[in-house]
Amino acid sequence: MNSSAARPESANLAAASLLPKRNADAILAGSLKTLLLLLLLLALVLPLIAILSQALLDHGNWAGSAPWVHLIDNPNFLPMVGRSLGVAAATALLVVPLAYLFAYGLQRTLAPCKSLWRGIALLPLLAPSLLPGIALIYLFGNQGLFKEWMNGSIYGFWGILLGEAFYTFPHALMILLSALSLADARLYDAASAMGASQWKTFRSVTLPATRYGIFGAFCLVFTLTITDFGVPKIVGGAFNVLAVEAYKAVVGQQQFDRGALIGLLLLIPALLTFGLDSWLQQRQRAQMSSRAEVLRPRRHWRRDGIYTLILLFISAALLLMIAVAIGASLVKLWPYNLQLTLMHYDFDNMDGGGWLAYWNSLRLALGTSIVGTVVIFTGAWLMEKTRSSPWLGNTLRLLTFLPMAVPGLVLGLGFVFFFNHPDNPLNFLYGGMTILILCSVMHFYTSAHLTAVTALKQIDPEFEAASASLKVPLWRTYLRITVPLCLPAALEILRYLFVSAMTTVSAVIFLYSPNTVLAAIAVLNMDDAGDVGPAAAMSTLILLTSLVVSLLLHWGLGSWVKRTQAWRTAGKQH
Amino acid sequence: MPAAQAFLAIREVSKRFGAFTALDQVSLDVRQGEMVCLLGPSGCGKTTLLRVIAGLERQDQGSIHAHGKDISQLPPQARDYGILFQSYALFPNLTVGQNVAYGLSALGIPRTKMQQRVSEMLQMVDLPDSAKKYPGQLSGGQQQRVALARALAPSPSLLLLDEPLSALDAQVREHLQLEIRRLQKQFNITTLMVTHDQEEAMVMADRIAIMQHGRIVQFDTPERIYRRPATPFVADFIGQANWFDYQRLSPQQVRVGALTLQIALGAPSTDNGRLFCRPEAIDVLPAIHAANRFCARVVDQIYLGDRYRMLLELDELPGQRLMADVTSEVRARLPEVSAERLWIALPQHSLQLFS
Repeated sequence: MNSSAARPESANLAAASLLPKRNADAILAGSLKTLLLLLLLLALVLPLIAILSQALLDHGNWAGSAPWVHLIDNPNFLPMVGRSLGVAAATALLVVPLAYLFAYGLQRTLAPCKSLWRGIALLPLLAPSLLPGIALIYLFGNQGLFKEWMNGSIYGFWGILLGEAFYTFPHALMILLSALSLADARLYDAASAMGASQWKTFRSVTLPATRYGIFGAFCLVFTLTITDFGVPKIVGGAFNVLAVEAYKAVVGQQQFDRGALIGLLLLIPALLTFGLDSWLQQRQRAQMSSRAEVLRPRRHWRRDGIYTLILLFISAALLLMIAVAIGASLVKLWPYNLQLTLMHYDFDNMDGGGWLAYWNSLRLALGTSIVGTVVIFTGAWLMEKTRSSPWLGNTLRLLTFLPMAVPGLVLGLGFVFFFNHPDNPLNFLYGGMTILILCSVMHFYTSAHLTAVTALKQIDPEFEAASASLKVPLWRTYLRITVPLCLPAALEILRYLFVSAMTTVSAVIFLYSPNTVLAAIAVLNMDDAGDVGPAAAMSTLILLTSLVVSLLLHWGLGSWVKRTQAWRTAGKQH
Repeated sequence: MPAAQAFLAIREVSKRFGAFTALDQVSLDVRQGEMVCLLGPSGCGKTTLLRVIAGLERQDQGSIHAHGKDISQLPPQARDYGILFQSYALFPNLTVGQNVAYGLSALGIPRTKMQQRVSEMLQMVDLPDSAKKYPGQLSGGQQQRVALARALAPSPSLLLLDEPLSALDAQVREHLQLEIRRLQKQFNITTLMVTHDQEEAMVMADRIAIMQHGRIVQFDTPERIYRRPATPFVADFIGQANWFDYQRLSPQQVRVGALTLQIALGAPSTDNGRLFCRPEAIDVLPAIHAANRFCARVVDQIYLGDRYRMLLELDELPGQRLMADVTSEVRARLPEVSAERLWIALPQHSLQLFS
C-alpha cells in the first residue's frame, strides 16, 4: 500500500493529458440531445405556453375567470358543448362495438381473406377526414343517391356521426386488434375443461382481458371526434360543434382569445385520455405472463360464417364511402349526369388553390417524412442507447409523449400565437413551408417515436458497449449497424409521416399562406365554395397518393430491403 | 500482494443505484496474464463491477488503474479492452469476417493486413471457413467464438467476460470453458470474468473473487476457496456443506448436541458458532481408532453418476441430516449394509469453525 501513496498525482496527470480527446461520443450524444430538447421546446412547449397565456392572461396579468364567464355567457355556448360531447360519445358508442366485432373476426375466428378485410378497414387512414363528409353528401345529401332515406337530416348530428365513424374506425380497430392479439390459450382450455359455454367464456375470459383495449379505443374515438373539424365542417350544417367554432373564431372572426379558450377546452379530454391510457397500459402489461401460450382459433363453421358476414358488411360500408367519393369525382354531375369526365380534376380553373395545393402537399409530406424520420429516429436512438443525466432523459421522454395528448387544432393554434407574435425572431417562418413541416413533425411525433423505440428495444442492448470496446465511434455504429437493423421500422415511420402529412387538416389549417395552401385545405375551401365535385376529386387524389406511396414503401422498398440485406433471409436457412 | 505488481488495480470503488448499493468500497488487484472470476449470486454487484471497469457505468467513488494508468474517468474507447456478453452482441447485418474486422478498421490498419488478421483469428477459434457467413447462420457456441475472435482481434490488454457461456447448452459450455482458458493462456491476456456458476469459475479461474452484497468476501485460488472458505456464505455458495452448531469445550474439542468432536489445532477460539464439513470429507470406511467415529443410519442414497450422495442421520444427533459423498468404488467396499447402519468418521482436519 506504500507504493500507492505516490500514485494519485501521476495518475491525475495521465488523466489530464487524455482530457482533450476525452469522450467524443458523449459530447456528440450530449449536443444532439440538447438540440432535440431545444427543438421540442421551440416547436412544442413554447407554442403550448403561447396558447395557454393567450387564453388565461390579459395583457400579461392573470385574467382569472373573466374570459370563461364571457365565453359561457354566450347563450349558444353551452348547447354547443353539449352537442360536441353528445356526438363524440355517440360516435364512440357506435364505432367501438363495430370495431370490436371486426377485430374479433380478424383475431379470433377463421374467417377467410383476413388481410383483405384488414386492408380495407385501414383505408380511411389514407384519406383526409373531409372525404367521408363529402361521400355522405353524395349519398344522403340534397343531391344524394339515397336522399329520401335521411330526408335532409344528414346535415347535422347523423352526418357527423357517420363521417366520424368512418374516420375513427381504423384507429379503434388498431387498438382492439392488439388487445385481442394477446390471449392466453391456457385460460380458454381451462374454461372449456370446466364446461363453460361460449358466451360465458367470452364474458369471463375475453372481455376482462380486453377491457383496457375497449376503454382505450372508446377514449381515443371520443377525443378524435371532439377535436376533429373536417367532418363537421362539411356535413355539420347548423349543428355547430366546438372544433368548428374554434376554427371559425380564429380563421373567420379573428377572435384569437376565444379560439384559444375553446382550444384549451378541447385539450381536456385529450389530456384525460392520455393520462388514463398510459395508466392502463402499465396495468395491461402486467396481465400477460411470459409463459402464456398463443391462442389459435379452431374451426367453428357457424361462428366463422357470421363473422365473415360482419367483416364483409363493415368493409362494404367503408368501401362504399370511398367508392362514392371517387365515383362522384369522375362524373359530370352526380347523380344526374353520370358521364365520365376528368373536369373536376382541372383544379387550376377553380378556387381553393389548384394544383399548387397538391404539389405543396407533396412537398409537405416529403419534407415531413424525411426530416421527421431522421429527427425522430435519431432522437429515439439517443434516448434509448446513450447515457444521459436523469434530468435530460426524463424531460425528453415527457416531451416526446406530449404531442400524443395535444390535438392538432390546439397545436396549430399554439403555433399561430407563438410564431405569429411580432416580437418573435422566428416570425419570418410564418407563412412558409418550414413552419408547416415543423408543425406536422411535432403533431405526429409520438406515434413515430414509439415505432422507433419498439424497434430499437428489439436489438441487442450491448451493441453500443461492444463497439465502444472495439474503439469504434458511436456515430459509425449508428450508421453501420443500428440504422440497417431498424430499416423496416424507419420505413414504416417514413410511410406514417408521409400519409399523415398528406391527409392532415387540423393543425396546418391555421398556418398556411396562399403560397403554401395544401391539398386537404383545398378540399375544405372548394367545398366551402360549393364545388363539391372538385373537393371529391382532390380527396381522391390525396387518397390515391397515400395509397401509392404506402404500397411502394411496403412492396417496392420492402423487397429492396430484402435484396440488399441478405442477412435477414440468410438466418432462416439455419 | 503489493499493488505495484497488479496489472489491474481497483481501489475502493462504490456505486449506488438509487437506494441500492451495488458496489461497496470494492478493492481488487489482478496480475498480468491472470484469469480472475467474479462469482456470486445475482444482485451481488459482480456485473456492475465489470461494467465499471469497462467504463459502461461510472463509479461514484474510487479509482481503477490499468497498466499503472488511472482509467477511472476514461470513456470505454480509451480503456483498451475486449468484452464478451451473454448475448454475444454480434452485429447480425455484418458477416462473421466483417464482425471480426470491426475493431480493426477503427485502428486504421491496411486492408490486406486486416484480412490476414481476420483469418488468423478465425483459425484460432476454429472457424476458418465461416468468414462469409452471417451470425444468424451459426450456432450459439460458434457465435460466441466469433465474438471472442472479434474481441481479441485488436490485441487488447484486458479481456472482460460478462457471463459469456450462460446462454449455451451444458456440453458446448464445457467445451468453450476450456477453449477460452486455452486462448487466454496462449495470449497471456489479463482476464476478468463474471459468472454465477461456481463450477465454471473453478474450471477457468486462476483466482476467484466471491462477492456478496456489493463486497468481495474472499479472493483466492479455487482450491483455497473450496478448502478454506473465509465465511459461512462462501462455504455455502461453493460446493455442498454440512453445518452443525457447536460449543467450545477445550482448544481441541467442541460439543455438537450430544457429540464431542476433536478438532484440529489452530481453529478460531470462539466459544460457540457453526461448524462445517464437506460431504466428500466424511469417511464411510473409518479405521477403528479414527477420531470422531460415530454410528449413523442411512436415510437415503442418491445416485449422481460419478458418485453417490448418502443422506445419514447420526444416532446421537437425531433429526439432523448429514450428506456424505461417496465414490462408487468406496460404496462397493461398504459392508453389506445391515439394517442400513454404518460407521462414519468426521476427520479433524475437515472440520472448519466459524464464529
